[in-house]
Amino acid sequence: MGEPILELRGVNKSFGPVHVLHDVDFTVRAGEVTALVGDNGAGKSTLVKCIAGIHSMDSGEVRFAGSPVHVHGPREAAALGIEVVYQDLALCDNLDIVQNMFLGREQLRGGLLDEAEMERKARQTLASLSVRTVKSVRTLVSALSGGQRQTVAIAKAVLWESRVVLLDEPTAALGVAQTRQVLDLVRRLAEQGLGVVLISHNMADVFEVADRIATLYLGRMVAELPAKEVTHSQVVELITAGRSGDLGMARPEAATV
Amino acid sequence: MTDIPAGTATGTPPDDRAARGAGQAPGPSRPSGAISDFGIDTTSRSSGEAVRDYLARVRGGELGSLPAVLGLLALVVVFSVLSGDFLTLGNIANLLAQGAGTTVIAMGLVFVLLLGEIDLSAGTASGVTAAVLALHLVRDGNLLGGMGSMVFALFIAGLLLAVVLAVVARMWAGAAMAAVAILISLLGLPANPWLEMLLALCVGAAIGSLTGFLVAKVGIPSFVVTLALFLAWGGVVLQFIGEGGTLGLRNDVLFAVANGNLSTLGSWVLFVAAGGGYLAVVLNRHYSRLRRGLVAPPTGLVLAKVTAILVLGAVATYLLTLNRSHNPSVVISGVPYVVPIVLALLVLGTFVLDRTSYGRHLYAVGGNREAARRAGIDVAKARMSVFVICSSVAAIGAIIYSSKVGSVDPQAGNGNTLLFAVGAAVIGGTSLFGGKARVRDAVIGGAVIAVINNGLGLLGQGAAVVSIVTGLVLLLAASVDALSRRRAAAGR
Ligand SMILES: Nc1ncnc2c1ncn2[C@@H]1O[C@H](COP(=O)(O)OP(=O)(O)OP(=O)(O)O)[C@@H](O)[C@H]1O
Ligand SMILES: [Mg+2]
Repeated sequence: MGEPILELRGVNKSFGPVHVLHDVDFTVRAGEVTALVGDNGAGKSTLVKCIAGIHSMDSGEVRFAGSPVHVHGPREAAALGIEVVYQDLALCDNLDIVQNMFLGREQLRGGLLDEAEMERKARQTLASLSVRTVKSVRTLVSALSGGQRQTVAIAKAVLWESRVVLLDEPTAALGVAQTRQVLDLVRRLAEQGLGVVLISHNMADVFEVADRIATLYLGRMVAELPAKEVTHSQVVELITAGRSGDLGMARPEAATV
Repeated sequence: MTDIPAGTATGTPPDDRAARGAGQAPGPSRPSGAISDFGIDTTSRSSGEAVRDYLARVRGGELGSLPAVLGLLALVVVFSVLSGDFLTLGNIANLLAQGAGTTVIAMGLVFVLLLGEIDLSAGTASGVTAAVLALHLVRDGNLLGGMGSMVFALFIAGLLLAVVLAVVARMWAGAAMAAVAILISLLGLPANPWLEMLLALCVGAAIGSLTGFLVAKVGIPSFVVTLALFLAWGGVVLQFIGEGGTLGLRNDVLFAVANGNLSTLGSWVLFVAAGGGYLAVVLNRHYSRLRRGLVAPPTGLVLAKVTAILVLGAVATYLLTLNRSHNPSVVISGVPYVVPIVLALLVLGTFVLDRTSYGRHLYAVGGNREAARRAGIDVAKARMSVFVICSSVAAIGAIIYSSKVGSVDPQAGNGNTLLFAVGAAVIGGTSLFGGKARVRDAVIGGAVIAVINNGLGLLGQGAAVVSIVTGLVLLLAASVDALSRRRAAAGR
């Protein structure tokens, strides 16, 4: 079992009156793929955004590589080595692929943008992801297909020397071949010692790549188990009912939003 | 973090990975037309192909500044045919000076429009800076006497507020400039044109700090904030100058800004400096791309473009150094000062937007604010900063148009000043939805508006026709933009 690299304890998050995350504990281990599953609206994306510093947590503590940290914004998360592929991708349509991949972390040379170097690195990373259909890295994102955008968002996350990568439904818009590429990449990242979190609604994908499966149910973490110890149908039950036999919450029907 | 290793996340050395990526691309015998990884990036094109690509992009709806340039040419042709006076040297020089004020204000607005915001107060704010400049000159530095103690105290309080708000927002440049405005106002140094221009610029920055704070930090929509300030600043100008009053700018330096010309030698020095700089920048970029193995446009095409622009510049410089006076006893020649002023602002603005990370962040915030925030960009600060830039640049515009008129009256910056400036930016290709704006848009659009104004004036048409025609041209420009967007969207 890998070392915990990112640990969350008792995380709560509300949007106004809506309590979205209830005392969530979550651990990401180096060298392992942790799948984060749950129904629509369970709070998966919210949890990811809290980790990334996009949302502030109402309460709870975070430990990164053993020491407590307070992440106040995306820049601090990135500085720790946390990279996120957002569900809504968060790309700027009016910028090209290179500009998007380096956004907020532009490479400079003599104080000015080093376009050539950024272009070179972007192409290498995209090539390593076997992006086939993009004709130029200087294509505006507005001209890309949904799947191409998703690939750019993923490339943006693996471009940096990171320690934890969180992917929020990264294969949702992808074709068969490209999904294969992303799942392989997820495994590869874990083998390189990174902590990887994969959010997906596709159970086949989850069981293929995940070492552990964490299930959110109405904002509560109901189970966090090794993938080998649960079956497909148990996970589906946990997702839909918050409970499966001995697993999950004692009284899920008492859970309120 | 100075040197970020590329993609070490996957643990493979970059060059290795590149080789792997290239290995997947079809070999050199790749049939032409097949799409591979970065097909366009890895195949150098001939000049013919590059031109065909460009035409294809234009047909696909990526028009850029092409419609505005074509429109400008068409207007020039029409007016030259209709009026024998239009294409005379004297009129062209006059036209440059007439259009410069609007153009410069539009250049500042481009930054605001880039973020999808609007500054309706840029016109009257420029009026305030002009009024302060004129008061300082006319009252020989005694602003207290010129405004009256009550108004002066409020003026200083306003500047102080700007300093405080700028410091709170950590907008150091804005805070420093507002502080300089306080200093100049309190010191009461005797009139000096350079000091007055600096004062105007700093008052502009202070105004921008106030606007920017209200929009970015308090969170009031810019339309509302600047509508309110449009009215308020109009009142401030009236208060400073007094009903029915006019402050004449009797000063050689201030007069020369919009009415003076470089000497013949100066004109050619300007040409050599600007042309040489342009040549150096373009060639340096081109060859550094080639050196690093990146695809660049064909060298022949780059050279042709640079040569064309340099030749045009040389011809224009030559023509402007000829005597254009109608009076045999006076010689008027040389490139008008407004040309280097506009050129300098154009170069500086383009440089900031294209070559610095600050400029890149502005495009990002204008394109997708949430994505910019997630990339760690300080969105509020970016939004505030563009208002500081806009008002400061509007102050430069105010200096130019006050110089052209030779005086400042209570209507300074009011009326159509702002609307013509916004129109200039939009005609030039700037989108009001944000994310799409270039400083040169303001220059091209400003030229269109100046030509319409000037040409219709020569034909003896009054303000009524000028306004109607400018309005129609603006509509036309917006329609071209909308249609090209539709086309670009449909082509996908
Ligand atoms: N910014 C916000 N303001 C208010 N409520 C929010 C906000 N973001 C999310 N929520 C609410 O939080 C809950 C969890 O949303 P979240 O996006 O985390 O779900 P999810 O598990 O990612 O679902 P999906 O599988 O559909 O992506 C939802 O009820 C949603 O309405
Ligand atoms: Mg989600």
